[in-house]
Amino acid sequence: MADIRGFMKVKRSGPTRRPVEARVHDWKEFYEPIAEDALKAQGSRCMDCGVPFCQGDTGCPVENLIPEWNDLVHRGRWIDALKALHTTNNFPEFTGRLCPAPCESACVLGIIDDPVSIRVIEWNIIDKGFAEGWVSPILPVSETGLRVAVVGSGPAGLAAAQQLRRAGHEVTVFEKADRIGGLLRYGIPDFKMEKWVLDRRLDQMIAEGVTFRTNVDVGRDLSVEELRQSFDAICLAGGAMAPRDLPVPGRELSGVHFAMDYLTQQNKINAGDPPPPPAERLTAEGKRVVIIGGGDTGSDCLGTTHRQGAKEVYQFELLPQPPPQRAESTPWPLWPMQLRSSHAHEEGCKREWSVSTTKFTGRKGRVEKLHAVRVNFQKDDQGRSRMVEIPDTAFELDVDLVLLAMGFAGPEKRGLLTDLEVTLDARGNVAVDENYMTNVDGVFAAGDMKRGASLIVWAIAEGRKAAAGIERYLKTKALVARG
Amino acid sequence: MDRSQIRQPRRSSRRPTLPDPHGLYDPAYEHDSCGIGFVVNIQGQRSHDIVAKGLQVLNNLEHRGAQGCDPCTGDGAGILLQIPHEFFARVAPAAGLALPQAYEYGIGMVFLPADPAGRRLCEQVVGNVVAEEGQRLLGWRDVPVKDSHLGEQARASMPAIRQVFIARDILSEADFERKLYVIRKRVERAVRESAIPERETFYLASLSCRTLVYKGLLLPKQLPLFYQDLADASVVSALALVHSRFSTNTFPTWSLAHPYRYVCHNGEINTLKGNVNWMRARQGRLQSDLFGDDLQKLFPIIHERQSDSACFDNALEFLVMGGRSLPHAMMMLIPEAWVGNPHMDMDRRGFYEYHAAMMEPWDGPAAMAFTDGRLIGATLDRNGLRPARYVVTHDGLAVMASEAGVLPFAPQDIRTKGRLQPGKMFLVDTVQGRIIDDEEIKADIAGRKPYRQWVAAHRISLDELPQPMNVPQPDHATLRQRQQAFSYTIEELKMVITPMVVNGEEAVGSMGTDTPLAVLSDRPQLLFKYFKQLFAQVTNPPIDPIREALVMSLVTNIGPKPNLLGETPESCRRIKVQQPILTNADLEKIRTIADPDFRSRTLRLLFRVADGPEGLATAVEEMCRQAAEAIRTGDKFIILSDRGVNAEWAPIPSLLGISAVHHHLIRESLRAEAGLIVETGEAREIHHFACLIGYGAGTVNPYLAFETLVDMAREAYLPEGIDAATAESKYIKAINKGLLKVFSKMGISTVQSYCGAQIFEAIGLNSDLIDRYFTGTASRIQGIGIREVAEEALRRHAEAYKPAAVHQLDFGGEYHYRVQGEHHNWNPKTIATLQQATKTNSYATFKEFSAVVNDESKTRSNLRGLLELRTGTPIPITEVEPAAEIVKRFTTGAMSFGAISKEAHETLALAMNRIGAKSNTGEGGEDPERFVPLPNGDSKNSAIKQVASARFGVTIHYLVHAKELQIKMAQGAKPGEGGQLPGHKVDETIARLRYATPGVQLISPPPHHDIYSIEDLAQLIFDLKNANPDAAVTVKLVAEVGVGTVAAGVAKAHADKILISGDSGGTGASPLASIKYAGIPWELGLAETQQTLVMNNLRGRVRIETDGQLKTGRDVVIAALLGAEEFGFSTAPLIVEGCIMMRKCHLNTCPVGIATHDPVLRAKFTGQPEHVVNYFFFLAQEVRELMAQLGFRTVAEMVGRVDKLQAHKALDHWKARGLDLSSLLVRPEVEPSVPVRCVQAQDHGIAEVLDHALIERARPALEHRTPVRIDLPIRNVNRTVGTMLSGEIAKRYGLEGLPPDTIQIRFTGTAGQSFGAFLARGVTLTLEGESNDYLGKGLSGGRIIVYPPKGSTFVPEDTILVGNTVLYGATAGEAFFYGMAGERFAVRNSGANAVIEGVGDHGCEYMTGGVVVVLGATGRNFAGGMSGGIAFVLNEDGRFEQRCNLGMVELEPARDPADVAVLRDLIRRHAEYTGSRKAKAVLDRWDDVLPRFVKVVPVEYRRVLEARKVAAQKHAQQKAAPVHG
Repeated sequence: MADIRGFMKVKRSGPTRRPVEARVHDWKEFYEPIAEDALKAQGSRCMDCGVPFCQGDTGCPVENLIPEWNDLVHRGRWIDALKALHTTNNFPEFTGRLCPAPCESACVLGIIDDPVSIRVIEWNIIDKGFAEGWVSPILPVSETGLRVAVVGSGPAGLAAAQQLRRAGHEVTVFEKADRIGGLLRYGIPDFKMEKWVLDRRLDQMIAEGVTFRTNVDVGRDLSVEELRQSFDAICLAGGAMAPRDLPVPGRELSGVHFAMDYLTQQNKINAGDPPPPPAERLTAEGKRVVIIGGGDTGSDCLGTTHRQGAKEVYQFELLPQPPPQRAESTPWPLWPMQLRSSHAHEEGCKREWSVSTTKFTGRKGRVEKLHAVRVNFQKDDQGRSRMVEIPDTAFELDVDLVLLAMGFAGPEKRGLLTDLEVTLDARGNVAVDENYMTNVDGVFAAGDMKRGASLIVWAIAEGRKAAAGIERYLKTKALVARG
Repeated sequence: MDRSQIRQPRRSSRRPTLPDPHGLYDPAYEHDSCGIGFVVNIQGQRSHDIVAKGLQVLNNLEHRGAQGCDPCTGDGAGILLQIPHEFFARVAPAAGLALPQAYEYGIGMVFLPADPAGRRLCEQVVGNVVAEEGQRLLGWRDVPVKDSHLGEQARASMPAIRQVFIARDILSEADFERKLYVIRKRVERAVRESAIPERETFYLASLSCRTLVYKGLLLPKQLPLFYQDLADASVVSALALVHSRFSTNTFPTWSLAHPYRYVCHNGEINTLKGNVNWMRARQGRLQSDLFGDDLQKLFPIIHERQSDSACFDNALEFLVMGGRSLPHAMMMLIPEAWVGNPHMDMDRRGFYEYHAAMMEPWDGPAAMAFTDGRLIGATLDRNGLRPARYVVTHDGLAVMASEAGVLPFAPQDIRTKGRLQPGKMFLVDTVQGRIIDDEEIKADIAGRKPYRQWVAAHRISLDELPQPMNVPQPDHATLRQRQQAFSYTIEELKMVITPMVVNGEEAVGSMGTDTPLAVLSDRPQLLFKYFKQLFAQVTNPPIDPIREALVMSLVTNIGPKPNLLGETPESCRRIKVQQPILTNADLEKIRTIADPDFRSRTLRLLFRVADGPEGLATAVEEMCRQAAEAIRTGDKFIILSDRGVNAEWAPIPSLLGISAVHHHLIRESLRAEAGLIVETGEAREIHHFACLIGYGAGTVNPYLAFETLVDMAREAYLPEGIDAATAESKYIKAINKGLLKVFSKMGISTVQSYCGAQIFEAIGLNSDLIDRYFTGTASRIQGIGIREVAEEALRRHAEAYKPAAVHQLDFGGEYHYRVQGEHHNWNPKTIATLQQATKTNSYATFKEFSAVVNDESKTRSNLRGLLELRTGTPIPITEVEPAAEIVKRFTTGAMSFGAISKEAHETLALAMNRIGAKSNTGEGGEDPERFVPLPNGDSKNSAIKQVASARFGVTIHYLVHAKELQIKMAQGAKPGEGGQLPGHKVDETIARLRYATPGVQLISPPPHHDIYSIEDLAQLIFDLKNANPDAAVTVKLVAEVGVGTVAAGVAKAHADKILISGDSGGTGASPLASIKYAGIPWELGLAETQQTLVMNNLRGRVRIETDGQLKTGRDVVIAALLGAEEFGFSTAPLIVEGCIMMRKCHLNTCPVGIATHDPVLRAKFTGQPEHVVNYFFFLAQEVRELMAQLGFRTVAEMVGRVDKLQAHKALDHWKARGLDLSSLLVRPEVEPSVPVRCVQAQDHGIAEVLDHALIERARPALEHRTPVRIDLPIRNVNRTVGTMLSGEIAKRYGLEGLPPDTIQIRFTGTAGQSFGAFLARGVTLTLEGESNDYLGKGLSGGRIIVYPPKGSTFVPEDTILVGNTVLYGATAGEAFFYGMAGERFAVRNSGANAVIEGVGDHGCEYMTGGVVVVLGATGRNFAGGMSGGIAFVLNEDGRFEQRCNLGMVELEPARDPADVAVLRDLIRRHAEYTGSRKAKAVLDRWDDVLPRFVKVVPVEYRRVLEARKVAAQKHAQQKAAPVHG
């Protein structure tokens, strides 16, 4: 560690966001670039902990060697930092931009001060790497001749594919959509991650020899039997795309849509696809919008509505407003329960907490009003938390567009999972053993499909672990085959 | 002394010898220490008076010996005399013997089996051998003995004692003596190899035509009562050599008493295993004209199953019988420190150089008295670590003993007095009738042969060899993979290697270690990691390799060893290397040497990957075979090389390779014929090199470490200004420095002695592997075999050579936690859960914590995890004693205020006092403010006050405010080492509490300078008990093999409690290598201690505590079942206070305000006493739950109940499955009445001390401050005089004490040890006479005056007056000595002023305050490590500068008027108090003499003082400046 007292000298600072006025009129990423010197200074704040909690139980799921690259950045050893970063994380450019950074909330410096700006450092290491041309294809040393299918091209599938390909296997990634990337492609708005970021990584993977097949919905376009016959192992990484619905009267009205449908459409347009016919166009332009759900997807919708030119936007959350600071119930190093405001909130929003939507009403099949009531949560005899409506708090709101961003209910069961006859766990996700293999021999699962909707960083971590499991599986299989 | 090597099968319940190894107890680790002495008539006139005086000396040394559980059984006493022919001529006829003239016959003193059948068979063997050797057996005499005084144990094991008489036929007397030696060796072997019942009783105490030994398992006073011969007036001798033994164990035996045939010994041979191996190794090369064909009969020269003293005696005897004179042989075996002594005469240097090429020193503390019946003398080891004083009288008597005052003489009878100095010899020749001084002996011996010329002509120095042509160059392309094959990690490069090349010394870390033992780790580990360094504690002091560098040496000679009995010019034909790490060029020099005498052979230290794990053993055996063959065909160097690692070849672990070859060659008697060199990519850390050398490598070439440095330089990973070449030389320097430290912690001074000495304990290796390749190494819980060793090597290899596009080093995770690295007990999960539990007072969360911890320890981290509780009939938890009772058994560890912040320290004290448990000061003293309870009833007074080697703040006031006084012999994180608090950490408060200067670094010496042996420890315990009779005295030890026997000695030294610390704890800073590689888990140390104490019936009188990463209730219960009744915690309570294992304690940047003094960071401290209280109550509650399950109502019932434990059955781990923990669970077979826990208090013997009388007579002063005067005689048995009185003063009047001279006491005679220890202000002790060691230790404001008796005829200023280690740790007060002191005068003085007329070596060492005036000569290494205070030395011969250690001080004239005033005043008072002639003379010619005084002032100290002066002046000026409004 170059400066053991760095944390006492330098305050935390992150990159600045472009001015709201400037950024809400385009789809470009909303951060300003950060100066190299500032990054080096931020790196010096890392204390090189004996027990780096940023890496541990409550820290980085992909096990990033954070103290290592913090120090390397501080010393200006960018190439080494990049190497260290790539040893644990295939796609730091995704996590650097998109991760909520549990590493930072677990950072030891956070006990006494603001944590180290880990995410920004990660992001800059990889962007500099690409900019300088340090990221090049890594070809396998030898080919094994074994074939692996990866179903789903989100972060889990891509991570698994890259790992397996580099180990010398022939890897084919199947994607049911028309472009590769899963949620990264169509779930994440451009202002959070422009899609050339994804494309340049895919270019690397293609150069490394990964085969991508889009528009193939395995289970429908390609039978499960065929898949199993053609491949020595299969990795299921199809995500957990089934959205959680809001079963209230009026849900069927036009103008009430799932967030993911809304975001996908805008992403496709941004990607150059022709806009859909006006009747199918989901836009907030000139509208009064309510986003139901206070999470990241809600925030992504919010940013999108601003850029589409919404008249007024509300965001309703069922749960009560969290405290401004870390709640006592989630002490360091746990992921803190606390009020989070994203860039999108900065761009404007009316946030309401403890609101339960009771119905939608409208005319001509179009939504016009949202009816809601305020609630609170009480513990019952068994200590379970129960939602109780607060009497006389019902209210209604005129709306043109309602976006449901209430999370996901697990993977799609129809088709692939049913056909493969994989066992699911209690939460409806694909159950696996310690090698990430399902009950079906040679069939593995990773990412949201296995753990339910979660962070990109978890998807990458699982993709890598599943790849390692597949690797072990194939090795054993090869040994058996050789006799 | 004796470190016994005895491993004999038990044959008889009468236990004539030590018991077998049993459980964890192994008699091989017995130690002892002793009082020695001799009396001689210089003219050689024989008289019975000499015998009587010898016995009197012995009697007066009794307090240096020990008693076991049975107070009538001593550890052994004996006397060696010249054969009293007149006596035997008189008693012979009664025994049916007809004796020839004196010297015409030899007498054997024989211990025989008590059983008549066995006895007769043994006697037959003697008879047969005598006849075969052509001598005549005259017959046997029953030695008349009276056993009525003997202790039970002594009587039970008493042999039949007979003398055998052998007549000399034809031979000369010298040849006859040699023949008797041959007879003895043959008889010993024949009996040993026979099937005679009780043959292990058989022992020849002596067999000589000159000398005779009477000895046995006796107390000194029992010796003359037992052997009736000794009372006979016709038993006359001109000399008597005596010995009183203090053994750590209670299995002393008859045969282990001293004297041996030539020596008696107070000390310990640390390098014994190596010395014995080397003696055996060279048997193949021995030749002697004197012995001729008899030589073969002498083998083994050293019978291994005996004590170290006995082994030494064997070696000495062999050299003497082989033709060397007694002093010559002593100089070979225990050479003085010559390498670092530039003043030594060239011929003498030549002598030592020549002999160094022949044999390795027997290294360790030693006062060795020796005689052959004509010459009698004594020598001291190079460090002077044992006391030896002598007196010569006008009527021709010389008396030498461990203490002064063992025989009373009138002052006018004394001609000279003296002390033995380090490395010096004192010799009396009774034939020449004179004393021969050290200079003369050595000049004479060194001049007998042209040794210096021989060395110049025949010995080659590595430096002089021509530069080689083809030195291997780095291979960057394959580097990464080769690094991986040897499991290099990034962490290692960063944390281990980089600090070495930057600072030239090893890296420092903090907070102990919490990673699994190698055998429990899932990851492949280097074989080095299975070996733990042993270290000295109690029986033997570690050395300070930095401040006492003059005794240390890395110079070694490599190549074949010559015939030890020869003395030819070519005997020194070897290659001298300055240090044992070879550069690539160095190695090539040797490899390509043209001289056929040094032809080398390189053997492949590799095995074929394709052969799989089985391939390793085959490859090793093949390598051994090739080595032997190479030597037989004339190769003189065997280079084991793992160069050539690639995809097909994996490296053989280098340690396995070297040790296998070394032992194979020893077994083949070929080892001495060649040098072994290791060329390896594996070694990089200090510990690795220590292992390789310790198992036989002469030198090591770490080529891959060097390549790594080149690579780091190339990649710009080295700091600016350090290129590859600089890095290499700094790296070598760091390794060397580290090696010296590793040697020194075992008390070994030279690499030559360390080589092959095997000072390690293995953990987790099975006995097949150990017996075959690491013969003689302790490994007590079994573990992996060679197959798993191979598996580990292959896993590393597979990782390195797997097909991968990128090869990157693994991060590591050994030192700092990493998810993907090694497991750590303290990890994000455990730390966070514990903090949450204690902060929110949630027992449920605590249970979550303990479940995780217990689970982790079971799966993969520590030994207790492998033990299971056998639950029996549970009882309701309500019947279990309350938690409030259990918490009283808890302590927090010794963390000094200095290591941790004031807030962190006081929070622990508050918490522990609230619950009736005990916190510990640590070694930094304590603010007296904290001794006073707070108004709300809380108290910050630490119940346990530690007494560590630096004695920081250890005043009488500190001592009287303790409930428990803890003597820290070692600490888990760095046993055997001292410490250093850098100047920047010494702030105002710390400086005040430690009696030091802010901003000036503080050094803790590795040893306590008043504990060089077990009897010294007994003395310190006695001192502390006198200072505070109400406090329990605890001795803190660190677990290692043999700690049980050390603990037994400590119990016999009357400690009230023994703390067995595990290896893994440690909260402050320590060198990383020490954190990782020294010490063993507490489970092993505790179990061994419990077993040994119970077996010895000592357990009942001492309490046992254990610590070392205890965390949960389960840990506590297991510790109790293994034998602990108290439990210590450090890391866990710190974590409760907020510690997050930052491991930055050494950098002062602890972000949570615990291990820092930075006020900004201290403000971040959030710990609360309530949280700590919560933790301990949670623990106690969990203990209670487990007790209920086990059916115990009290913790007391649970102590030592190993029957409630069993080894985990479901061990299924590729490495751990070989472990066998059954030895931990052994319950010694003893009578049911023998207690397994503490049931009685120690008898400290303080009821009889002189101080009771002093206190009585000083009552007016104590109660009313009325001055009193007391006059009393004093003897050497009056020890620690004035201390208990001082305690009474401190209790009443605090640190302030009484006004000066309120209590004046005048003594006449010889004072015992620790005279005036911790003397309080207001007391003046005047002693007319002399004193022994440790005078004025911890002086706390009192005044001590010593001058020789009126009427003395010797020259006082040239005569020894006050012993060694005077004023050690003094904090205030004054002392005036009209005479000289021994070694280490005013060591660690931090505030006393003293005047003396001459001092020995190491004067003013580690001093931090006070003023010392020396009106005469000093010894060497004056002011070593001195960081404060001032010394004035009268430099009469102008050579003081050469004797002063200028590492930290500067010399200048005493010019400053303030200095001059202080100096003059002290000398004036010295003259006044003592009547010193010298002082008067100085004062009379003051102006002439003043310029000859040298002022010794520490550089750093002066800088700080001057800065302060400037600041004060500025301050004054500012104050004085007119204020303009």
